This record gives sequence, structure tokens and C-alpha cells, in this order.
Amino acid sequence: MSTPAAIEVEGLRKSFGHVAALDGVSLQVPAGTVLGLLGPNGSGKTTTVSILSTFLRPDAGRAAVCGLDVVADAAAVRGVIGFAGQFAAVDPNLTGRENLELIGRLSRVNRKQVRGRAAELLADFGLTAAAGRLVRTYSGGMRRRLDVAAALLHRPPVLFLDEPTTGLDLESRLALWESIHGLVTDGTTVLLTTQYLEEADALADQIVMIASGRVVDTGTSAELKHRFGTVVFTLGFGSQAEAVRAKHVLAGAGYPADRAGTEIAIRSASGSGDLPKVLRTLNAKAPDPATIAVHEPTLDDVFLALTGHAATEGGKAA
Amino acid sequence: MSTITFAPRRLSTALADTVDVTTRNLRSLFRTPQALIFATVQPVIFVLLFRYAFGGAIRVPGVNYVDYLMPGVFAQSVAFGAIGTAVGLSTDLRSGILVRFRTLPMARIAVLAGRTTADLARNLAVVAVMTGVGFAVGFRSSTGPDGLLAALGLVIAFAYAVSWVFVAIGLRVSDPEAAQAMGVPIIFLLVFTSSAFVPLQSMPGWLQAIGAHQPVNALATAERALTVGGPAARDVLISLAWSGGILLVFAALSARVYARMSR
Repeated sequence: MSTPAAIEVEGLRKSFGHVAALDGVSLQVPAGTVLGLLGPNGSGKTTTVSILSTFLRPDAGRAAVCGLDVVADAAAVRGVIGFAGQFAAVDPNLTGRENLELIGRLSRVNRKQVRGRAAELLADFGLTAAAGRLVRTYSGGMRRRLDVAAALLHRPPVLFLDEPTTGLDLESRLALWESIHGLVTDGTTVLLTTQYLEEADALADQIVMIASGRVVDTGTSAELKHRFGTVVFTLGFGSQAEAVRAKHVLAGAGYPADRAGTEIAIRSASGSGDLPKVLRTLNAKAPDPATIAVHEPTLDDVFLALTGHAATEGGKAA
Repeated sequence: MSTITFAPRRLSTALADTVDVTTRNLRSLFRTPQALIFATVQPVIFVLLFRYAFGGAIRVPGVNYVDYLMPGVFAQSVAFGAIGTAVGLSTDLRSGILVRFRTLPMARIAVLAGRTTADLARNLAVVAVMTGVGFAVGFRSSTGPDGLLAALGLVIAFAYAVSWVFVAIGLRVSDPEAAQAMGVPIIFLLVFTSSAFVPLQSMPGWLQAIGAHQPVNALATAERALTVGGPAARDVLISLAWSGGILLVFAALSARVYARMSR
């Protein structure tokens, strides 16, 4: 890939007191792509994004956005980035429109264009009807969308989103994903942090997994899934004889299974999409299962495999 | 996609940003009128208490107690009002708005200047209300409107300077309750060890020594010199020196705290 990197990070270190939040993180994001920074709480995701958006200063290492150093050229970096943090940083006592117009003016958008640009974003994020209402009357999802919209007023070529959908309901999450897709289509480079494998899967071209301030793995979603993503289907039957029969049929069709009592477990590396095939295989030749359970690989499973300890294991907030 | 043209970066952008942040803070203030009412109700209660409940027991030679009281009440109103600066800033800190501001290509000083400017406007409103209340309970300036306006000018200068003290406090504490809890005792001590409500001469000697050398006392003394009459120049200069000193020290300190925050 010869596209210039929009974000370059090399050997980034940052400590808070004795706690090393970042212990030598390096990554690159080609222009016009999405990088998902995936990791458990306290892994250093927020610290990384805070340094890139000039809010924190690194102890060591180098980071550049659009070729501008985040420490030496911090003021210039602020002109090319948009940032939406973990909590919706909008003023509850202003209306949605007032919030966007304020951030727009402070983002150095030409005063004559601010109004139009705010209206455009309100429409893009489905907030036109609520534009004149005080934000304190908004739902969590609406605030979050307004917050992301506020990061876009000056059309930043690089956008940082820190856990953009944490705490959102499914509908709001999907709507936000769609907006992010649209931005990337228009050429924006996005670095987003998330705790959800699913989210990184839906949005990111490349995923960097971090734990305890270090990069533990990098790859596309498909690559990571292939490495760690074993889905387990557990089928329960009415009797042991039925389970034995089902196991035999599946083995013949290329789905080796383990049996424990009246249950059999099938491991699939190609994801939960295999389930219908498994059921079709059983259909004619064996009794129907009484129960079906699908165990998708969780972030915990992946981190367990990578680091040998569970993702939810404590540590300070990132 | 239309292109966005950027406004040029000039010194005047710092001013424009300050105006934008000030406007935002004033809108917020008017939409949460509880804060504004709280800022006025407390001093009004003090006026009524000291004018009618305690005032009869307090003797100040050579002056009507209400004329002695009101300069003290002006000083007290703005001193307590300054706590609002810390509460406002720590609220912004907790909500994440300050983090957002720090990632914008805006002038950094505008965040602090916008806060203190909005609070200056709030103080003007409070002082105007208190002046009205003062007249209603019988306060008069023996030196006429000129003396009174000069005294109120001193009050406003002091109010602006002290709000910078609370900028520094607001940036250091992470939630509004802590800001309030930290501010109230400081202001309480300053107000009640001063001559705001009773003459220093009624206090024990050691307390007089403390009371005579602090900014609230200097302000109340200078206001009285201006509204009651007599030589005022020295007291006015002392009060202005306090306000100027506080402003210089704490504006510099606050700017430093803000620049280094979370770094």
C-alpha cells in the first residue's frame, strides 16, 4: 500500500505516576481508512487517542497526524482533526444548533458558513427536528450523535472517536455506524477505539489490539477472526442415542463434533454462518435438536488467547 | 461537498473566541436561573437580617447602620458570587467540554477569559439588584451618585479579580460540589473577619490585626470612604492594589494550570 499514512505513531509511552498507560505503542493508519483500536478497559486506548488529539503529551515516542507532530505542531494538528470523546461533550443548556454553531466558530469555520454547515450536520445525523431544543432534553443517543457531529464541523481529514457507541441502544449504534461509513466514503481517515469486537468488525479496515499499553496483535477483522474466532454450536438432544446418531451424521458431512451426554459441540472457524449448514445436514438423517446454543468468541476469549489473562482484569481507566 | 474556508488566525481571534465562550456561558446562566437566584437571594437575606434583626444591636459611631451595612453587603455578594466561577469551570471539566475545547484550534485563553467575563456580567446584575434592595431599606450615599458609582466600580474590580482565584480552584477540583465545599469556608472567613457587617473595633485585638489586612476589609473600607464621605484616596488605592495584585497573580497561575492540565 503506497498511500501516505494519515496517522503515524512510533514507540509512544505515557505514564501516570507509576502506572505505565502506554508502553511503546506503534501504529500507522493509511489515509482514507478506518483503524479500530480494540482493547479492554485500562488498556491504553483513551490515552492513545488523547495524545493524538493533543490533549495529552507523551512521555516518549513520536506521533504525527497528516505529517504534523502532535507535540511540536499541536496547534496545527487541532486544525486537521475532529475529536469525540468517551462522554458526550456538548453543553446541556444550549440547543443542538447552538452547540454546533459554537463549536464551528471555535473550530475556525468561516463565520458566514457556520450556520449552513451546522444545519447540514444536524440533517446528516437526524437531529433537524430537535435542533431548537435544549440538549438537556435529548436522549443519550441524540447527545452522542450531536457530539460526533460537533467533531465534523470543519470537515477534518482525520477523525478520532473514543468508544463512540458505548452506552447506546442498538438503533442509535447502527445509525452512528452508518454515519461513520459515509464519512470514510468521503475520504475521512478514522481512528476509533472500541471494546466491541463486533464494532471493530463492522467499521475497521485494520484492527490493532492493545492490552496493558502494548500492541498485542494487528490485522484485518477476517485475519483476527481466523486466528481466534472459533464459534461453538452446542446442540442438545432428547437422549444420548439421538446425540450419538447426530454426531455420526455430522462427522460424515465434515463437521467433527464432541459429545458430552445428550449434548454435542461443533467448532467452526468460519463463524456462526455455518449453523444453517449444520442443521441442514442433520435435517433428513438425524432427529432435530431440542436446544441450540451459539457461543461467539468474545473479546475476553481473544484476549485470553493473546495475553493469557482476561480482558476485564482491572487496571486504571485508560 | 462544498469546501470550508477557515477564518484567519489573528490576535483578534482570541477576542472573538472569548466573546463566543462568554455568550455560551451567559446563555447557560440564564437557562439555569436557580444559580442566578441563589446568587441574589442570599445577600438579600443578609441585608434584611442585619438591617432589621441584628442591626439594632450594632452601634457604629457617626453613621446610620444601613449606610455602614450596604458597602459590606456589596463586598459579600461578589465574594460569594465568585465561588460560581469555580463551580462553572469544574462542571465543564466534568462534562468533558473542556477536553473538547482543548482539541479545537481555538485560542486557549478564551476558555478562562470567557468564564470570567460571563461572571463579570453576572456580578454586575447582582450588584444592580443589591443596590436597588439597599435603596429600598433606606441606604443613601452622602456623596451622591458619583461616590456611589465609584464605590460600585471598586466592587466590580474586586469581583473580577476574585473570580480568577476561583478559576484556579475550579481547574484543580474535578466536581462542582468540591468547588463549592472548598470556596465557601474561604469566603466565609474573609467576609466575617472583615468590617463587612460590624466594625473591627468590636473584635479582639488579634482578630483586628487579621481583619485589617485582607482584601474584603479593604474593599468595604474604601466603599464607605466613597459613600459616607471624607478622605478616600488612600483606602481606594489600597483596595485597587489588592484587586490588581490578586488579578495578576491568579490570572497567571490559572493560565499556567490550564496549560499544564492533564499533561
